[in-house]
Amino acid sequence: MTEDAASGRPPALEMRGITKRYPGVVANDHIDLDLRSGEIHALLGENGAGKTTLMNVLYGLARPDEGNILMDGQEIAIAGPSDAIARGISMVHQHFMLVPVLSVAENVILGAETMSNRLFVDHREASKRVGALADRFGFNLDPHAKVGSLSVGQQQRVEILKALYREARILVLDEPTAVLTPHETDEIFALLRRLAADGRSIVFISHKLYEVLAVADRITVIRRGRVIGERRPGETTEAELAELMVGREVELTVNRGESHAGETVLRVEGLRIADDRRQEVVPDASFEIRAGEILGVAGVAGNGQDELVQALVGLRRALGGKVTLMGRDVTGLSARRLNEAGVGYVPGDRQRFGLILAFPIYDNLVLTSYYRPPFAHGLIRDDAAILASAARQVERFDIRTPSAGVSTSTLSGGNQQKVVVAREFDRPLKLLVLDQPTRGLDVGSVEFIHRQIVAKRDAGTAVLLVSAELDEVMEMADRIAVMYRGRIVAVLDGRTAEKGEVGLLMATGGREQAATDKEALA
Amino acid sequence: MSGLRVVSGRTRRVLGKARTTIARSVVAVARPIAEPLVAIILALVVGAVGIALLSGLVPGHSAFDFGLSVQAYLALLEGVASPNGITSTLVYATPLILAGLGVALGFKAGLFNIGGRGQFLMGAVGAMAVASTIGTTQSSYITIPLALLAGAAFGAAAGFIPGLLKATSGAHEVVTTIMLNYILVFVTYWAISGPLSLPNAPQPITVDVMTRNAALPIILGRDGHIGILLALVAVPLVWFLLYRTTLGFEIRSAGANPDAARYGGMKTNRLIVLTMSLAGMMSGLAGSTTLLGVVHQMAPGYDTTVGFDAITVALLGRSHPVGVLFAGLLLGAMRAGSQTMQIQAGVPPELVDALQAIILVFLVVNTLRRWLGRRAGAPGSMSSTGVAERAGAEGIA
Repeated sequence: MTEDAASGRPPALEMRGITKRYPGVVANDHIDLDLRSGEIHALLGENGAGKTTLMNVLYGLARPDEGNILMDGQEIAIAGPSDAIARGISMVHQHFMLVPVLSVAENVILGAETMSNRLFVDHREASKRVGALADRFGFNLDPHAKVGSLSVGQQQRVEILKALYREARILVLDEPTAVLTPHETDEIFALLRRLAADGRSIVFISHKLYEVLAVADRITVIRRGRVIGERRPGETTEAELAELMVGREVELTVNRGESHAGETVLRVEGLRIADDRRQEVVPDASFEIRAGEILGVAGVAGNGQDELVQALVGLRRALGGKVTLMGRDVTGLSARRLNEAGVGYVPGDRQRFGLILAFPIYDNLVLTSYYRPPFAHGLIRDDAAILASAARQVERFDIRTPSAGVSTSTLSGGNQQKVVVAREFDRPLKLLVLDQPTRGLDVGSVEFIHRQIVAKRDAGTAVLLVSAELDEVMEMADRIAVMYRGRIVAVLDGRTAEKGEVGLLMATGGREQAATDKEALA
Repeated sequence: MSGLRVVSGRTRRVLGKARTTIARSVVAVARPIAEPLVAIILALVVGAVGIALLSGLVPGHSAFDFGLSVQAYLALLEGVASPNGITSTLVYATPLILAGLGVALGFKAGLFNIGGRGQFLMGAVGAMAVASTIGTTQSSYITIPLALLAGAAFGAAAGFIPGLLKATSGAHEVVTTIMLNYILVFVTYWAISGPLSLPNAPQPITVDVMTRNAALPIILGRDGHIGILLALVAVPLVWFLLYRTTLGFEIRSAGANPDAARYGGMKTNRLIVLTMSLAGMMSGLAGSTTLLGVVHQMAPGYDTTVGFDAITVALLGRSHPVGVLFAGLLLGAMRAGSQTMQIQAGVPPELVDALQAIILVFLVVNTLRRWLGRRAGAPGSMSSTGVAERAGAEGIA
């Protein structure tokens, strides 16, 4: 605040003593936050720390019980989102609010149309203006493209463009990188810096430490509704931020110890798999995993990992090839048969595949075993057994909930994932297939889940870990398989592999590289 | 003072805890029934205004006479409150509850079964086929159960077809059940005027089941047939199926999140076929009990609105068997009281149809509002792909 005080200019936005209580919980407890023009201010905190509530207060979606908001030194009241937008405050939600069948330009002008007369929208003028705005900040977007055909990263840029079109001075981004690939993340960071240089203020909500360090000018850490500290990226470390955030020392890197690999558990030979559009996205996959080891699959998203995982757990039929589990041919078995054969599976999209959010926790804990004893006898469910087992798992896997009977949708993301982990881990397993097991989770939950994975490995389970986050693969895997265009192009030793080498293999596939090298020699 | 405060503070905490427990259980009961209740009250208010606006048309009343609205509703109540009214409420409610349970089952599985009309008619045709063939030779102890079974089977077959179409080709059940309704209306017409028609009758008409040992026995008052018991027993049975069996868990899972159901190893396509057949069976039972217990005889053109009323019943009952029971009784009572209302207040019984339609409008508006509210109001609370699906499944369920 000192610099602004010196220049005599009040901060662009100030939130003073914001308090918001919900029944039974103080979501925001006298939070102070100031935002200067031209700065990227990161709001760091675990899921449920109160970041989103604070921003909802700013955006007029929640009314604070105490405290006030000042803009350019003037106290303002924000009655609702339209009020916030009128004052130049815009929010980009985690889940986009776009119309897929409309073009980029149409989406951007929606609600603030440029009219050629009272009846008709001036499309040409709209496209021109939107295009000019996009070019000015290097958005790299075609105003005529249909939004439904864009990638997730591009759609996010449309959301930001929408905010700029409404002349947003203050831009709030709620976990903008949760859905992005590493490359898209870099692009959005560059864009945010250009916007800040233009004098706009950005609030960047996140719980990813390295991102916050990479992009923010200032970092405010929130824990349990209170501001715990403020740091500058140059003066702090990931370890310190994690401790501030969680309230205790956190192991950022799991000590995974030695792997004592045993006999081969899973053998995949020449597996061929097609995607939903019947494109053969995995032309030939071969690899094996032994008992007591973690095989990490690294690859840029969309290189056939999803299809490979689905085929291995019985949710997708392979076109050809052979899968052997403990010497038994299990090619083409159903999801249920594989589950019974000792295959555990944590799906990548827990809310879509892993959980029925409307159901209570105890129902989700038996989603794959509800039909067999002790949870059912014949056609009749044994509720006593289901509840008893649920109570035990809630305890053992530290699922934070008032009871196992509450609807799963009320849990935080980390606790939802713990429900999935409890269900899949809490039995003897031969093979454990993990698809992005920590996506979108805070550091505390990540640490917990990583420990559970290592414990499972040490108990002799073969683990397949697929993750779009290279860091996670590097950290967890005993061996790293690099997947490129549906092929395993290299298998490296997890202890000696270097990040740069793996990254290069992910980007080029290595083989093409080798081929061109050979041509050059010839 | 301070000591006192400690004690009273503790007592207050205990009391407060008890109070919140009570409050919580009140909320737990109140929340699901609040919306239907509001819809009913609003519909009654709109109905009262409607009556008042048209009161000039009733002899002896001036225009804008709210007294007539009150009089009409009182007469409606009076009609229900008599012993005869209660019996007739139960008789009207029986097919609504049975078919309503069928629609509710579909909702739970994420299926919108609009085929109640055709399934009901098939149930009646099935029962009539049994009554008119073996009814001549067998006792009613054999004929009636067989006729009901046949009705259930015919109804199930009518539900099976759209279920199979959806499972194999993805054809939407709303479209196929509506189309099948037209086909089955004419199949019924053909059956009544052809194979089920009495020989030598001047006009095509079926037999009277009374003459074939197939009429349902009367257990209550003048026309309270035993089908009432069937409906009342079906409520806990369907509840048990949904909430205490693995099949019910599968049905609810497939409705709430088909992807997760598949992940859990459930065969969702088989569930679609099975649930549609069960739904058809319930509507078929509604048809066969109505035929054997109330109408007894069919002439070409015989038709029903039960299939559609059942959708209102299921929505009003929020797809819960107990809710369906009460919703069925409410709509049954309105029908039962409508005669008295006409005689005493001069308000035509069609008012009941109007009330029912207004209730439906308010229910749907509420569903929409909740859906829109969730989309706009709760950032990040749900996955974007799930929202529409869930609103679809939950909103109507």
